[in-house]
Amino acid sequence: AIPSDMNSNGAKDKKIGSILSRSATYCEVCFWKCAAWVYSDEKGNIQKIIGNENDPHCYGRLCPRGTGGVGMYTDEDRLKTPLIRTKIDGKDSFREASWEEALDLVAKNMEKIKTEYGPESMALIKHGSPGSHLEHLFKAYGSDTVAEPAYAQCRGPRETGFGLTFGSWVGSPEPTDIRDTKCLVLIGSHIGENMHNSQVQEMSDAIDNGANIITVDPRCSTAASKSQHWLAIKPATDIALLLSWMHVLIYEDIYNKEYVEKYGSGFEALKKHVKPFSPEWAYGITTVKPKEIRKTARIMAAAAPSTIVHPGRHVTWYGDDSQRARAIAILNGLLGSWGNRGGFYFKEKISVPKFPHPPYPHPKWGWKELVEKYPFAEMGSTMEVIKASIPGADQKYPIKGWFVAGTNLVASVPKRKVIEEAIQSLDFMVVMDTMPMEITGYADVILPECTYLERYDGIRSATNREPSIALRSPAVPPKYNSKPAWWMAKEIGNRLDLAEYFNYNDYEEVIDWQLKEMGSSLEEMKKIGVKNFKRKSGALYMQKGKTHEFATPSGKIEFYSEELASHGLDPIPVYTSHDSPKQGFYRLNYGRSPMHTFSRTINNPNLSDLTSENMLWVNPKVARIEGLKNNQEVWLQNQDGVNSSFPIKVRVTERIRWDSVYMYHGFGHSNKKLTRAHGKGASDTELISRIAIDPLMGGTGMRGNFVKILLDNPIKETIL
Amino acid sequence: MKYAMVIDTLKCVGCSDCVVACQTENNVPIGYCRDWVTESVNGSYPHVELELKSERCNHCDNAPCVRCCPTGASHVAEGGIVLVTAGECIGCGACIESCPYDARFQHPDGYVDKCTFCAQRLKEGQLPACVSVCPTKCMYFGDLDDPTSKVSHLLQSRKHKVLAPEAGTKPNVYYLI
Amino acid sequence: MQEEIFISGRNIPKIDPYLEIWHFPISLYLFLGGMAAGIIFFASLFTVLRREKQVQTAIKPAMIIVLIALIIGLLALFYDLTHKLYVWRLYTTIRIESPMSWGAWVLLFITIGTFLWILSYFSELFPKWDLKFKWLKQIEQFLIKNRRNLALIMLPLSLILGIYTGILLSAFNARPLWNNAILGPLFLVSGLSTGAACIILFSKDHYERKLFSKIDLALIFIELALIVHMIMGMYAGSAVQLEALDILIGGEYTVMFFVFVIILGLIFPAILEGIELLGYKVPVAIPAILILIGGLIFRMVMIEAGQLTRYLY
Ligand SMILES: Nc1nc2c(c(=O)[nH]1)N[C@H]1C(S)=C(S)[C@@H](COP(=O)(O)OP(=O)(O)OC[C@H]3O[C@@H](n4cnc5c(=O)[nH]c(N)nc54)[C@H](O)[C@@H]3O)O[C@H]1N2
Ligand SMILES: Nc1nc2c(c(=O)[nH]1)N[C@H]1C(S)=C(S)[C@@H](COP(=O)(O)OP(=O)(O)OC[C@H]3O[C@@H](n4cnc5c(=O)[nH]c(N)nc54)[C@H](O)[C@@H]3O)O[C@H]1N2
Ligand code: SF4
Ligand code: SF4
Ligand code: SF4
Ligand code: SF4
Ligand code: SF4
Ligand SMILES: [Mo]
Repeated sequence: AIPSDMNSNGAKDKKIGSILSRSATYCEVCFWKCAAWVYSDEKGNIQKIIGNENDPHCYGRLCPRGTGGVGMYTDEDRLKTPLIRTKIDGKDSFREASWEEALDLVAKNMEKIKTEYGPESMALIKHGSPGSHLEHLFKAYGSDTVAEPAYAQCRGPRETGFGLTFGSWVGSPEPTDIRDTKCLVLIGSHIGENMHNSQVQEMSDAIDNGANIITVDPRCSTAASKSQHWLAIKPATDIALLLSWMHVLIYEDIYNKEYVEKYGSGFEALKKHVKPFSPEWAYGITTVKPKEIRKTARIMAAAAPSTIVHPGRHVTWYGDDSQRARAIAILNGLLGSWGNRGGFYFKEKISVPKFPHPPYPHPKWGWKELVEKYPFAEMGSTMEVIKASIPGADQKYPIKGWFVAGTNLVASVPKRKVIEEAIQSLDFMVVMDTMPMEITGYADVILPECTYLERYDGIRSATNREPSIALRSPAVPPKYNSKPAWWMAKEIGNRLDLAEYFNYNDYEEVIDWQLKEMGSSLEEMKKIGVKNFKRKSGALYMQKGKTHEFATPSGKIEFYSEELASHGLDPIPVYTSHDSPKQGFYRLNYGRSPMHTFSRTINNPNLSDLTSENMLWVNPKVARIEGLKNNQEVWLQNQDGVNSSFPIKVRVTERIRWDSVYMYHGFGHSNKKLTRAHGKGASDTELISRIAIDPLMGGTGMRGNFVKILLDNPIKETIL
Repeated sequence: MKYAMVIDTLKCVGCSDCVVACQTENNVPIGYCRDWVTESVNGSYPHVELELKSERCNHCDNAPCVRCCPTGASHVAEGGIVLVTAGECIGCGACIESCPYDARFQHPDGYVDKCTFCAQRLKEGQLPACVSVCPTKCMYFGDLDDPTSKVSHLLQSRKHKVLAPEAGTKPNVYYLI
Repeated sequence: MQEEIFISGRNIPKIDPYLEIWHFPISLYLFLGGMAAGIIFFASLFTVLRREKQVQTAIKPAMIIVLIALIIGLLALFYDLTHKLYVWRLYTTIRIESPMSWGAWVLLFITIGTFLWILSYFSELFPKWDLKFKWLKQIEQFLIKNRRNLALIMLPLSLILGIYTGILLSAFNARPLWNNAILGPLFLVSGLSTGAACIILFSKDHYERKLFSKIDLALIFIELALIVHMIMGMYAGSAVQLEALDILIGGEYTVMFFVFVIILGLIFPAILEGIELLGYKVPVAIPAILILIGGLIFRMVMIEAGQLTRYLY
């Protein structure tokens, strides 16, 4: 039957603004945190989510995942009520529990670990918005044993590399002035598939402005296809290319001399260092033709300082990643792009005042001690937390309990066996999530959080051209028996005698207080969603006639790093070779599906409708050798004999090299409760059992794994 | 008034935001779509050309779907927009068979559905949902009868194509190449 | 290598990966419509020529078959509609450009005409039933007097109906297999042939059977010629048509098409009919039934295979 209010084509005439009510939020589908308006009808059904026009993260346009965020709310597979591990017929299972019971159990176990081992032995592994509420709880409780996969499995190395060179993190959102650039150089960074919103938008502006785009990627990424120059580099050889680019810039005398003289430190050492690294030398390693190397170096130089050699974001590739990031930073230094229009702007943010609470106790050890062997680690490493949870002779800082929130560890951290061993050794593990993801299956208690569309969270304040803040307020009440993280943190705090740290009834009060301190109010923010502030730290770019002090030991851009030298590490990046695939094996390459975020959206009804499974990209040559056809199901086995749990369909394509295979990260879910995602495609993480640790900051290099393509299910075979 | 959409393939990244945005704007049921994205790859590694395109009903000037409709449910509305009036559609499927682009489908409620150029939004002076959400701003929408419009300008200044011109449908969705 | 893929959005039921909008009911509808058109054509033609005496089956019992066929055909069509409640919308407008529209109208008139035709023969067809009401008898009398006039109207309508079953498909530019000018005449001839076969099947009169066997034989030859013409035409056509032809000539539907339609549905019955005309004893039901089955399969193949063919762009 047709409802009477249907117009042509039967579409319900959704009148924008008038009938639908809107409320402010910022997106939690990834960590770009775009501010948005959530539109819901009179019945409280969320209809759509639209970007906030005044937000510098999205300029009024969400990415597909943000637009499809509706599905995070409507997904009927969501965690609905607290669950507690129990044995049914001798088999581990979960039973439904009340919030009282579940939270009592969490508090009891945290109390127990605190008395038996000290609060430090309870670790928080988190990602995203629930993290900050729990971090507050943990600090109050006495633990600073905190880590997130967004550091050692993501952008840690580049922060270290850029920090050592410019004295500043890159940070998020990256302060890349893409919209005004004349030349954008992408080292693997696959913007356009990596849908970090304003970057994608600005790259499109750059195309409109006729900017030169140079992409270095062994795969024909979407960005590569938009580039004037795609350098189809041999995987794992980027440092050689970067060094030879430096060589060309310096020995053709086309680097930004004025800038380097003014701001550079250790240039002569660099010059000497890169002397042997000619394009001809690099050609033998990278397979990129010397002519191409020279040409692209000249293009960069001609556009300088409006050239961005992008730092990348997920940069934990081969273990020498901080050094690669440093090479990128040095290249930017030679071009003079840091602090110049069309390069890197000076970012600014406004700090959100902390709601008053008693001082935190001082833990005896924490994340810092766990990463003490990495001199330049600046955040906790999930990998080290995992290792420290396995009892053994070298267990200096024993971890006995995990609180996991907003991270599906088994899909985001490699070496599944080690993770499982660590979890087996724990006294207690609680997982707070919105979905029955794999990690929840290991928990003793599962706490269902409501989605970002149903809750308040901390005020978003991020660095940008101009400081801005954004509000997240609930568009609808929490579905099922789910609750926001702030409420759980407070309830657990109350049970741990930490009530004085949670001196409010509703998080709304905290936000309102903070906003008023900042010259706004909850009432105002509900109306505008985003508030932009004037800059206070000075100009966006370096000013003529003024000098700029870098926060490095020398106050300058460190082409040569004394700090690194003092730790016995290479003061200037060097190229080291990494393993290549052996006969019959292919390098496992992975990246982003533009329609998904890691493992978290695969079950989202709207987004799984776009892409429901990942495929194994193989070159036609490989297809011929292995006898593969499009859409054929295959299994994978890695160099350590680890098999993929599920088959993956073949996509024969010229977009990938013959020595590698490629797949989107995040698929291959094994939890049957994810009705749409279960068994769809293969998991890249599962096949990563060999990692290369970055000696500078402990990053988890994941790109040195090789797979064999199997036509039959290997698991069935072993049974026979 | 002659509405047209112009899509810049040099900027489209194939993210499919246009597809989700259409679904949430127009209540398109999950499993169905009024627009979709295609990828074509030519050449051989590393000399590869890639074209990404967002496709939908072309609101053809010479629309076979309108001609073949026995009830007049399929019709041409103001600005050349091809629409289906659900309450007049019998679900015979003739129009689906007639479209060279497979741009129409049977809504689970029985009637035939397709892209409307978001007529309900145009009425309120808003751009189609897909156009307004596209993160690369590679989609343009406007009036071809107005020589000063952005779409007219783009078609005058840039190389472009339409899909399956040999089908003779005279499409109004253009692709800049 | 060239690669064309959908990256999102195309997984729509009954549309992707290929169309399955029209099913067996539509094939049945086209078959029954064509056959009905054939019978009506012959019945009307002989009536107009005042040679009713020689074709007693065609003008009487066969017309009951026609009515049943039309009703089943319409029910099949109705069954395939997905928005059935609105079917009355067909009759609130006439859309000249839409074969479906004028097909609907022609079918309406033809069904009424057939009903009136049967009414005019009511007493002969059902001698045991007595028309109770006087006014009914009067109508019958009126119709009997106007039989020839009715035939004069039904003759062109039957041709339109017969051609319509082909044009309905051939008007679809988007389906290269259907999109050729031969399909209208081809379906018309095939309809006439199945109509003739149906009359043969039900006729007990030797003369009538022989007459229609001759007609049918001629029709089969024309039909074969048209099929050859169609295939040659597509060979000379564009890439899309070549691709479409592939499905019939060297693809999924080749066996169906050649074995069931061409050989068992046309050539073999033609031989049998020829043999019979030469005086040998052949059970007439066999070629007739083969032709009817062949006619139905022909439409099934065209409907199904046609929906596999699409524009390349
Ligand atoms: N193999 C491989 N591993 C990788 C990467 C890779 O490309 N390949 N990428 C790395 C990178 S760059 C990163 S940043 C990390 C990301 O790692 P993660 O952040 O762990 O990524 P997800 O797999 O999306 O896991 C997110 C979890 O949070 C849950 N969640 C989503 N929203 C909410 C919420 O509002 N509240 C709560 N409580 N939970 C929520 C989801 O259901 C899911 O279980 O992964 C890293 N690991
Ligand atoms: N749609 C979507 N967007 C996202 C995310 C998401 O989950 N979904 N996650 C966000 C997050 S947290 C992050 S960290 C970023 C990550 O996004 P990026 O920083 O862009 O990630 P990378 O891992 O650098 O990019 C993967 C690319 O590296 C190429 N590559 C592989 N090996 C090599 C090599 O040896 N050399 C070179 N030069 N290239 C190589 C691959 O072919 C692939 O194209 O994406 C963000 N954006
Ligand atoms: S980039 Fe996309 S998924 Fe990430 S926050 Fe913005 S809209 Fe959400
Ligand atoms: S939203 Fe824009 S960039 Fe993304 S697929 Fe659609 S047209 Fe292309
Ligand atoms: S694209 Fe198809 S549905 Fe749209 S107007 Fe043209 S023929 Fe009709
Ligand atoms: S399905 Fe509906 S819109 Fe299409 S031709 Fe039939 S009546 Fe017209
Ligand atoms: S114009 Fe509107 S209806 Fe058409 S595809 Fe775009 S969003 Fe969908
Ligand atoms: Mo990341």
